[in-house]
Amino acid sequence: MPGTHPDMPPPVKTTGPVAWVRQNLFSSPLNTVLTLLSIWFLWSIIPPFLDWAFVNSIWTAGNRQECWDQMASPALGACWAFIENRFSLFTYGFYPGHLHWRVNVSFILLVFALIPLLYEKLPYRKYGLIYSAVFPFITGWLLVGGYGLESVDTDKFGGIMLTLILGVTGISFSLPIGIMLALGRQSNMPVLRILCVLFIEFIRGVPLITLLFVASTMLNYFLPPGTVFDLLTRVLIIVTLFASAYMAEVIRGGLQAITKGQHEAGDSLGLTYWQANRLIILPQALKISIPGIVNTFIGLYKDTTLVLIIGMLDLLGLGDASLADAQWAGLANEIYIFVALFFFLTCFGMSRYSIYLEKKLHTGH
Amino acid sequence: MSSAERTKANGSEIMITIESMHKWFGDFHVLKDINLEVKRGAKIVICGPSGSGKSTLIRCINRLEEHQQGSIVVDGTELTSDLKNIEIVRSEVGMVFQHFNLFPHLTALENCTVAPIWVRKTPKAEAEESAMEYLERVKIPEQAHKYPGQLSGGQQQRVAIARSLCMNPRIMLFDEPTSALDPEMIKEVLDVMIELAESGMTMLVVSHEMGFATAVADSVIFMDEGEIIESNDPHNFFNNPQHERTKLFLSQIL
Ligand SMILES: Nc1ncnc2c1ncn2[C@@H]1O[C@H](COP(=O)(O)OP(=O)(O)O)[C@@H](O)[C@H]1O
Ligand SMILES: [Mg+2]
Repeated sequence: MPGTHPDMPPPVKTTGPVAWVRQNLFSSPLNTVLTLLSIWFLWSIIPPFLDWAFVNSIWTAGNRQECWDQMASPALGACWAFIENRFSLFTYGFYPGHLHWRVNVSFILLVFALIPLLYEKLPYRKYGLIYSAVFPFITGWLLVGGYGLESVDTDKFGGIMLTLILGVTGISFSLPIGIMLALGRQSNMPVLRILCVLFIEFIRGVPLITLLFVASTMLNYFLPPGTVFDLLTRVLIIVTLFASAYMAEVIRGGLQAITKGQHEAGDSLGLTYWQANRLIILPQALKISIPGIVNTFIGLYKDTTLVLIIGMLDLLGLGDASLADAQWAGLANEIYIFVALFFFLTCFGMSRYSIYLEKKLHTGH
Repeated sequence: MSSAERTKANGSEIMITIESMHKWFGDFHVLKDINLEVKRGAKIVICGPSGSGKSTLIRCINRLEEHQQGSIVVDGTELTSDLKNIEIVRSEVGMVFQHFNLFPHLTALENCTVAPIWVRKTPKAEAEESAMEYLERVKIPEQAHKYPGQLSGGQQQRVAIARSLCMNPRIMLFDEPTSALDPEMIKEVLDVMIELAESGMTMLVVSHEMGFATAVADSVIFMDEGEIIESNDPHNFFNNPQHERTKLFLSQIL
C-alpha cells in the first residue's frame, strides 16, 4: 500500500571499503586482470626506487667517489649530496654570494604577494592587492640593484631564481594582456580586431624557440633607437607575449560561452562596456576558462626551460651544466629527478589551486 | 521645449514618442512605420504572432537594437548614435527579459545592487538597503543571498524585476516575462507586475496574458509582420477586434 513502506537496508552491501574495491577494481574479468597487472607493475617499480632514493642514498659527501665509498656497492643508492653541494648554485645562479639575502628577501616578498591574490577572504585584502601590484617593482629593484643598492648584472641570474622570475613575470602579465587581446579580437572596431587577430595568429604560428632566438639576436633592431634592453628583459617580453597569445584564445573561448542575454542585461542596466566586462562578463568568462588558463600557466612555466638554448641558465640549464663536472660525473638521475621534482611540485600546486578555485566559484548553475 | 515644459503644456507627460520608425536586419524590413505615443503611467500590452517584431520594437526603446529611420524620443531624450543619450535613456528605462538574464555569479542581492553602485554611484550600504526593499516588494527577501541557479524560474524573474526597479526607472519594458515559466509560477510574477502597474509605473509589456492585459492595460497593441495593425482598450480589443488578422490571431490564442 502506498505510503506505508518502511525504510529498508539496501539488498547487497553497496557501501564501505570492501564494496568499493569490488565495484571499482574487480567488477569484471578484464578489470580484475588490469588491477592485478597494475599491482604487479607498481610492486616491481616502487620498492627498488624507494631503496635507491631513500634506503641506500647518501646525503653528505664532497664528491661522487666519497659518496659511492659510503655505499655497499657504487651507485647502489642516490647521491643526494650532489644536490646539496650545488644547492646554492641551483637556487641563486651566479648571483654574488654576499648579496644572496636580496634574493631571499625577494622569495619572501613573493610569498606575501601571492597570499592576497590567492586567498580571497584575507582581511584587508585590498591593501594586500596594492602590495601585490607594486611587488614586481620592489623585487626588480632589489634583484637588479641601483638607486642605493649594489648593481648586479642580470646575466648573473640563474637557477630557481631565474625560473621563478621568468614564470612569475610571464604568468602575471600574460593574463591581463591576454584578456585585452581576447576583448580586442571580439571588438566591433575592425582595425583593433584585425591587429589582435594578426598578433595572436603570428605568435601562435611561430615556435617559442624561434622567438627566443629573435629575442637574443634581433629584438633590439625592432625597438626604438637608443633603447637597449638586456637579454633578460627581452626574453621576459617574448615569454610574456607568447603566453598572452595562448591566453587570449583560452579566454576568447570563455567569452563566447557568455550568452547575449548577459550583455543585454548589463546594457539595459546602463553599465558601460568596461563596467559590464569587469563586473559581469569577465568574472563568468574567466571562471569557465580556469582550466585552460592554468593549463597555459603551467605550459608557460615549463617552457621557460627553453631559455637554456640561448645561454641563460635556469634550473634545468644549471643542472645540465653541473653534469659536466668531473668530480660528480654520472649523476644525471639525481639532477634530473631533482629538477623534475621542483617543476612537478610547483605545477601540481597550480593545478590543485585551480581545482579549489573552480569549486569555490561554483554557484549552482 | 524641454520635456518638463511640455508636461505643463499638455497636462499629461509623454514618456515615449515613436514617429515613422523603421528598422531593418540586413535586407529584412523588421519594423515598418511604427508610430506610438506613451503617456506617463500608461500600461501598454503588445501582442502578436511570433516573429512579428514585438521584441525588436521594445528593444529599440532602450537601444538594444538600433533603428534606421524615424525617431524615438524617451522622456525628452532622442535616441541617436550619441552614446551620452543612450546612457541617459538606459538609466531611465528598466527591462525584464523572457529568460531573466540574471547574473549567475552574483547573489540575488548583488544582482540588484551592481548597477546602482556602479552606474548611480550609490554607496554600497544604501544600495543594499534599497535592494532589500525591492526584494520585499517582489516577496522574496529571504532569497537575497542565494544565487540565481538556486532559485525557481518565478523567483528568478521576480529578482530580475527587482533588479530593474533598483535603478528607479521611469519606464519598464517587459519582453514576454512569463512565457519561459511553468504555469504555477506565472501568477506570482503577474501579481508583482500588477502591483507595479498600480503604483503608477509606465509599462510596455509584450505578453499574451489576457488576464493581465484586461486587468491593467490602458491599451493593447496588435503587431503583425513588423506593423502595428490595431490598438485599442483591452475590452474592445478582445471583444470587438477590427482587423481580420487580429481576429485570426485572437482565435488562435483564446
Ligand atoms: N539580430 C537579428 N538579426 C536578424 N534577424 C533578427 C534578429 N532579431 C530578430 N530577427 C528577426 O526579426 C523578426 C522579428 O523578431 P522579434 O522582434 O524577436 O519577434 P517577436 O518578438 O515578435 O517574436 C523575426 O523574423 C526574427 O527572426
Ligand atoms: Mg520576442
